Amino acid sequence: MASEPHRSHLLEIEDLVMAFGGLTALMNIQLRVAKGTIRAIIGPNGAGKTTLFNLITGVLSPTEGTIRFNGHVISGQKPHKIAALGISRTFQTVELFDNMTVIENVMVGRHLHISTSFFKCGLGLPAIRSQETAIEAHAMALLDFVGLADKANSMADSLPLGERKILEIGRALATDPLLVCLDEPAAGLNETETETAARLIKAIKDKGITVLLVEHDMKVIMNISDQITVLNYGEKIAEGTPEEIRGNPKVIQAYLGDSIAVV
Amino acid sequence: MLRIRKAPMGVGAIFILLFPWVAERLPAIEHYPDLMVFAGIYCLMTIGMSLLMGYAGQISLGHAAFYGIGAYASGILTTQYNLNPWLCILIGSAAATAVAVVVGAPSLRLRGHYLAMATLAFGIIINIVFREEAEWTGGPDGMGGIPGLDIFGYSFDSIHKYYYLVWIVVAIAFFFTIRLIQSPTGRALRAIHASEAAASAMGIDISRSKIVVFAFSAILASVAGSLYAHYMNFINPSTFDTLFSIKLVIMIALGGMHTIWGAVVGSVLFAFLSFEWLHQFGEYEIVVYGLVLMMVTIYLPEGLVGLPGRIAQRVRR
Repeated sequence: MASEPHRSHLLEIEDLVMAFGGLTALMNIQLRVAKGTIRAIIGPNGAGKTTLFNLITGVLSPTEGTIRFNGHVISGQKPHKIAALGISRTFQTVELFDNMTVIENVMVGRHLHISTSFFKCGLGLPAIRSQETAIEAHAMALLDFVGLADKANSMADSLPLGERKILEIGRALATDPLLVCLDEPAAGLNETETETAARLIKAIKDKGITVLLVEHDMKVIMNISDQITVLNYGEKIAEGTPEEIRGNPKVIQAYLGDSIAVV
Repeated sequence: MLRIRKAPMGVGAIFILLFPWVAERLPAIEHYPDLMVFAGIYCLMTIGMSLLMGYAGQISLGHAAFYGIGAYASGILTTQYNLNPWLCILIGSAAATAVAVVVGAPSLRLRGHYLAMATLAFGIIINIVFREEAEWTGGPDGMGGIPGLDIFGYSFDSIHKYYYLVWIVVAIAFFFTIRLIQSPTGRALRAIHASEAAASAMGIDISRSKIVVFAFSAILASVAGSLYAHYMNFINPSTFDTLFSIKLVIMIALGGMHTIWGAVVGSVLFAFLSFEWLHQFGEYEIVVYGLVLMMVTIYLPEGLVGLPGRIAQRVRR
């Protein structure tokens, strides 16, 4: 049944079904994401986009179907195991560690790559201290990359929403992911902030990291995605390049409504 | 970064160091070092619980059981098997760890206050064991004849000597915990406290982290129990009942659960409250504790440690 995994496909989703009691949030979803591309998932509210993210990142276990990532079956695995395999994410409702500074938030993202032995930490061994210096430098470089270096020592909860979203992306990159799942990175942002976010997402792709993107801002979607998948009521109704999606009458009707023109 | 200020530590250390010397010269507080031994023993427990409650966000209502496991391990193994007391402390800690993992693993995997429920029941069960297994524990009458502690022929046979022994152990636990909080492990715990969803997305194994902290706090409680047994030379089950578990929570709430300092301040204050100032209330003592807990939760949610900051804020306005 399972087809030979294609080499360049980093993420492969087959026959995915997610039901919450009687409600089927996702129906028979097939999805393949090629390495090094930006894939947008769009669709009206309630289409199942965030549910899909939660399945990929292990927050939920699918009712049926499998998710393969980089040669591993990840469906049903715990979030921290999936993170260790190379998937990182942001959240629709920003989930920063508000009890920490900006740089500390990013440093948490290095958790998978450092020693966190309880006793070594408690004894304050020199190895742990030099490791701290190293991850601090690494986190600083990442903050520089996302453009928040000057806010490194501010508390995370003191940042405006635009920067909070950017920080969340920076933290997601700290795990050295192969795939980042961005859940509405531009939601609630003004035009300048949105542009910054879009530029950052492109820069992430240029680093060779694959991006899975849920977003409502059509301008962002059309500008940066390589492929777009359209969900409606839990079903995939279309897939293709921005040009193909732009002209797809099914999408225009189901997602954008009859009266709204596509950007 | 999370920096711990050095000045309070220095003041604390000097106070602990000089306190017996001062108390000896003031008849009114001559017996205070004895109280401070108990305060230190409580401290050992609340330091671990503060890490569990304030940093990992979990509540245990059964820590008296671990306290009892340490005390009875020391009591039984020294009096009935003639083992070396220091070895007994290790055995007690190992037993407490094993029990903590067995009790903690299923309840810590769930969200919410399942640990509080599980530990509450567990504390009651363990206390029944202490009461009923009279052949080993002496039952409700307790067991005596537990030897004191000595090391290389040096015996901790006076209150002052024992005072220093206990507070050295507290200092070790304190510094270990402070270092832990400042380390990647501590950062992971604070991350879990702020957002479990984000912490696990960063690769932190939430259940495992919580179990490790729970086990660590159980070890500290067990060591405290052993120290108690060797100090009193006598133990009985009522010391390790559920009421005491709740008193431990009161100590942390009183001092402030978001810093390790809160545990220290709360424990010392509580020792004085319960042995010096509140026992005149007799059987109504528990009502006073309830009132104290209520007042602190309402008016001082950060505990006494948060008081100076609050006053400073008021003055500035």
